[in-house]
This record gives sequence, structure tokens and C-alpha cells, in this order.
Amino acid sequence: MEMTDIQKQILILTQEGIPITSSPYHDISQQLGMTEEDVVEQITLMKERGIIRRFGASIGHRDIGITANAMCVWNVPDENVEDVGRIMATIDDVTHCYARPRHPGWPYNIFTMVHSYSRDDCLAIAEEISKLTGIDDYKVMFSEKEFKKIGIRL
Amino acid sequence: MIQLDETDKKLLDLVQLDFPLDAHPFRILANKIGISEEEVIKRMQRLREEGAVRRIGPIINSKETGRVGTLVALKAPEEKIEHIAELINSYPEVSHNYLRPGDYNVWFTLSAPSRERLQEILEELKQEIQCPMMDLPTTQLFKIGVKFKIK
Repeated sequence: MEMTDIQKQILILTQEGIPITSSPYHDISQQLGMTEEDVVEQITLMKERGIIRRFGASIGHRDIGITANAMCVWNVPDENVEDVGRIMATIDDVTHCYARPRHPGWPYNIFTMVHSYSRDDCLAIAEEISKLTGIDDYKVMFSEKEFKKIGIRL
Repeated sequence: MIQLDETDKKLLDLVQLDFPLDAHPFRILANKIGISEEEVIKRMQRLREEGAVRRIGPIINSKETGRVGTLVALKAPEEKIEHIAELINSYPEVSHNYLRPGDYNVWFTLSAPSRERLQEILEELKQEIQCPMMDLPTTQLFKIGVKFKIK
């Protein structure tokens, strides 16, 4: 990991959220003895280098009505994982898509997270994905309870 | 539930993926959608206070920072679920933990600074929980939480 000390400081000072003001980097720049432009430049660099995946708003999706989330798991022939994964990733309602190993009694090797306004929406999206990819061995698992949810922090 | 008008939706759409990297980001957003900077700030403050926006900041790439992660599923007996969930949550390395229907009913994600630490946590949990567990590390990443489609 090639992150400079100053970059690390910037991450620590912004990770709980920048203030919503005309000059959100003012306080941080003062604390670090830099200009606001320098702070923005370092953030841009970290984004380019992939240290920051995205810089922007995290949405309280439940609070705006996107209350249903389903983990859909798919049994995809190994040789098609690459193609099918790519297709699934293009669907807007699919927020996450990963390949994962199979286990004894667990044949599912692609995982997609679907977020939408209702469980029916999620089921319809899963059906749409199934039609689009031809994968018909799948399960839709809704979350019945959220025990914990936090982002990664330094 | 939070009421959103068309301008709020436009703003939410923009700030998720294309938040301007600039010393005055709200001014740029204002120019993009044709309202004043003051109005953007007022609206964004309301959206944050009411929970539509949780925070504006960096989403750190766990891989780039040297962290390793996995998804774990386990078959927890009904009567032990709450206790097991609490035990899992007690690890700061656990970021998400959900109850889902099915044989495998507790699903959580783990992220640790090293493979060794990850294995150590998995071993500790195996010892303490004593129920079937699947370790499901990502073998290929196709998409990761970019954006919610706001209707």
C-alpha cells in the first residue's frame, strides 16, 4: 500500500463525511496546513490510484423507500461464470455481483445483491435476470433482519 | 419515509457517482441543475438530516488498503441466533450481518488487515459457535455497490 501520511490523514478526516457547506474542505485544510485545492487534489489522486473506490454520497436507501434487499445466488456452469457475471452486472437494480466458491450442498457460485422498493420488485428483477442469462437454478434470499451494517473505516 | 421532489432526486442521482471533486462542490452541482448554491446546500442538509444521505465521503477500496475480506454463512440453531449474531457483531472486522431464510441463516461479511487475522477470526468463531460454516471469499468481482436507482 503506497499511501502517504497526508493521504491517510485526509481519509481519516473525511471518512465520517464532509460538512455540507460552501467550502467543505476548509477545516480539513487548516488542520493539515494545506490549501483546500491541495486536499481536493490528494482526494483526486487517491481516486485515480484506486485507494478510493468512489467519493460521493452514501444513500440511506431504506429511508427513501428502497426497503427490500435480496441476495440472489445462482448456479452457473463454471465455463460461463465470466459472461454471466458481466451480464448481471449491467442491470441497474443489481448493486453487487461476485463469483464465490461452491461448497458441498451449496452449488451456487454467483452472488448478486438486488435493492429495490418491494420484495415483489426484487423477485421480478431476479426473474428478469434468469430470463436474460438462462440460469434457472437460483435462490432469492431476503434479509429478515439487519444485525449490523457499517462501511470500511481506517 | 422521506418525500423527494424531482430536484431532490436529481441531486441524489448526481451526488452518488459524480460528486464533484472541487473546493466548492455544491456550486458545481448548482450550475449543473440550474439552482443556486444556497438552495443545493439547503436541500442537501435536509436530505442528510432526514437520512436520505448518510454521509458524503470516500468509499475506501478495501483491496488497495491491503485488507482481505470474505462472506461467511452459517447454520445457526433458531434459539441461538441472537446470541450468535451478538458474538459476530462484537468483532469490529464485521461490517454487515444479516438474518436470511434457509438452512444457512446468518450471513456476515468480514474484512481484516491480513489473511492471518481473517483466518484467526474464522477459527475463533468456529470454536465458539460450533455450527456449520461456509467461507465464501470473492473469486471474481463484477460489480460493487455503485449506485441506487432512485424512482
